Amino acid sequence: MSITESPASAERSAAAPPAAAPPGPRGFPRAAGLLAALLLVAAVVVLSLAIGARHLSPIDAWHGLVDEHSANYPVVRQMRLPRTLLGLLVGAALGVAGALMQALTRNPLADPGLLGINAGASAAVVTAISLLGITSLTGYVWFAFGGAAAVAVLLWSVGGGRTATPARLALAGTALNAALFAYVNAVQLLDTAALDRMRFWTVGSLAAARPRTVVEIAPFVAAGLLLTAALARPLNALALGDDAARGLGAHPTRVRAGAIVAVTLLCGAATAAAGPIVFVGLMVPHLVRPLTGPDLRWLLPYCAVLAPLMLLGADVLGRVLARPSELQVGIVTAVLGGAFFVGIVRRARRAGA
Amino acid sequence: MRTVVLRTPGGLSLRFRPRALAVGVVCLFVALAVAVVAIGSGDYPMRPGDVLRTLGGAGSAADAFIVNQVRLPRAVTALLAGAALGLAGTVFQSLVRNPLGSPDILGFTQGAATGALAAIVVVGGGTTAVATGAALGGIATGAGIYVLAWRQGVHGYRLVLVGVGVATILTGVNGYLLTRTPITDAARAVLWLTGSVDGRGWGDATVLLVALAGAAPVLLFGCGRALRVLEMGDDAAHGLGVRVQPLRLVVLAAAVLLSAAAAAATGPVAFVALAAPQLARRLTRAPGPNLLASLCMGAALLIAADLAGQRLVPGHQLPVGVMTGAVGGAYLVWLLATERRASRL
Repeated sequence: MSITESPASAERSAAAPPAAAPPGPRGFPRAAGLLAALLLVAAVVVLSLAIGARHLSPIDAWHGLVDEHSANYPVVRQMRLPRTLLGLLVGAALGVAGALMQALTRNPLADPGLLGINAGASAAVVTAISLLGITSLTGYVWFAFGGAAAVAVLLWSVGGGRTATPARLALAGTALNAALFAYVNAVQLLDTAALDRMRFWTVGSLAAARPRTVVEIAPFVAAGLLLTAALARPLNALALGDDAARGLGAHPTRVRAGAIVAVTLLCGAATAAAGPIVFVGLMVPHLVRPLTGPDLRWLLPYCAVLAPLMLLGADVLGRVLARPSELQVGIVTAVLGGAFFVGIVRRARRAGA
Repeated sequence: MRTVVLRTPGGLSLRFRPRALAVGVVCLFVALAVAVVAIGSGDYPMRPGDVLRTLGGAGSAADAFIVNQVRLPRAVTALLAGAALGLAGTVFQSLVRNPLGSPDILGFTQGAATGALAAIVVVGGGTTAVATGAALGGIATGAGIYVLAWRQGVHGYRLVLVGVGVATILTGVNGYLLTRTPITDAARAVLWLTGSVDGRGWGDATVLLVALAGAAPVLLFGCGRALRVLEMGDDAAHGLGVRVQPLRLVVLAAAVLLSAAAAAATGPVAFVALAAPQLARRLTRAPGPNLLASLCMGAALLIAADLAGQRLVPGHQLPVGVMTGAVGGAYLVWLLATERRASRL
């Protein structure tokens, strides 16, 4: 995404609107930080390839990756590689979607999982699996988009949009979550066979990843990320308010519509592939903001790199904690992220804001 | 809103609002009437007159067995669970000053579910263990949220947000527990998670009755007016002589007890606690917590949903939680839309 174009735009920051010149580290340290983050991601990728029910040394993992005759080839190449790649994709999608939603709603508690967007996608997918008998990912990913878009629009129009307080938006989202999961539960109850397939999917897991899953989901995530990259500057302008943004040449309505489309693409694809995963989109932007300041042209690339780091890290942690079985990544992020969320709420000085 | 004060020669006085009282009484009658119809319906249908005669002790032996041993406990459990949820819901909504603040949203229900799932998965227990687990889980979650939200007192919004966070954590834990079970146990657990009054016996009804008998008088007679004052804000309430933090603690404890008891008896039935106080408020047209009206409305809603679940799809008995979930979801969207327009949310 916008990683390559970022240094260039940072040089132009003298001519950019005030929002683009935040107090914070200058261009070079931020670029170096991004590089360091990429190295960390590479380290987690190695861990993800090596750790599992059967631990491998990094050398063995490498052989398993490239050498078709290695004993570890099936494990590494067929199971752990797709899983790792899917973790990278889903993590990037959720982290960027979270940052987008926080910018769009100007609301620090926005998260695609918390606000019910992922639940909308799951409800649509469960409907597709159980009632329409669709079992292929390419089939139900469209339902996931439909569900995510419906909830995003609903939340936006009835939950209060820009004027909503954090608490109001969180409540509206949680209530939608409750309703949608009640529906998912009901479908599972009436169809035990579907329950057996879906109970793993509905907690959020990367374990079902196949090479095809990655290939099928990648174009949607890439489209969402590209759209987001194009929206970074206008969204920066929008942070100054609609009038100022219009003065700076942005079209508020068009930008918001574009952002909702991007969130839908990212969350729908991530949920269709891995099930509903909460809190990644909430935590990562919060952790990144002290490093980058509020400038989205830096915030979004950082989120796109650090969110996969967190998601894959959570996945690896889940494999280590419950060996020889594993904890689904959605559970690890829910527990860690929930604690983080409660921490933010307790620390916030204006809890009623 | 008209208020009537009765004074006795001994110096005692009783304030009440005729409209609120009337709404409560009407809801109660509706609930009881639906219960009679529900008792009469099923594979062995009975006319309402026969049901009433049997309840009075004058029916045939077969009728008496069906009514007293099979259907009456179920109906009583539904009525009492609905009453407990309605009362708990109105207390929560009043405390957090938001129509969406119900135990389903704030994590208490998820806590009860965690307790029950742990009982199913870890202990492998039967009905009693599940009910105990649910009650303990709900109460522990309530205490945990209260402690986490505490910072020089507990305030509405922090309670909401901490509750939302805890609810999400517990949803993850519940999903984990669900994946750890064999499929037969998982189906049982999902049935429990949906909320059902099918096959409930006198034991469940007794638990609920004890909880209601303990908590309802405290709320209805002890805290009703103070809660109404508290809705004006902490400072105003303090100025009017309400001891804010002790009141919140007592009221919260009573409401958590009620929702935990309801979850123990029926599983987490969605949206009754959310909808009953709202409907009651619209009928009584009174501000503040309509405790009595919500209690009766909750009972009427739950028993009506159970009857509809039994009758709606021929050949299928839908658990009551599916009905309340579906109806409640639609109601929720409508609530979000209208409350937003009135910017009350």
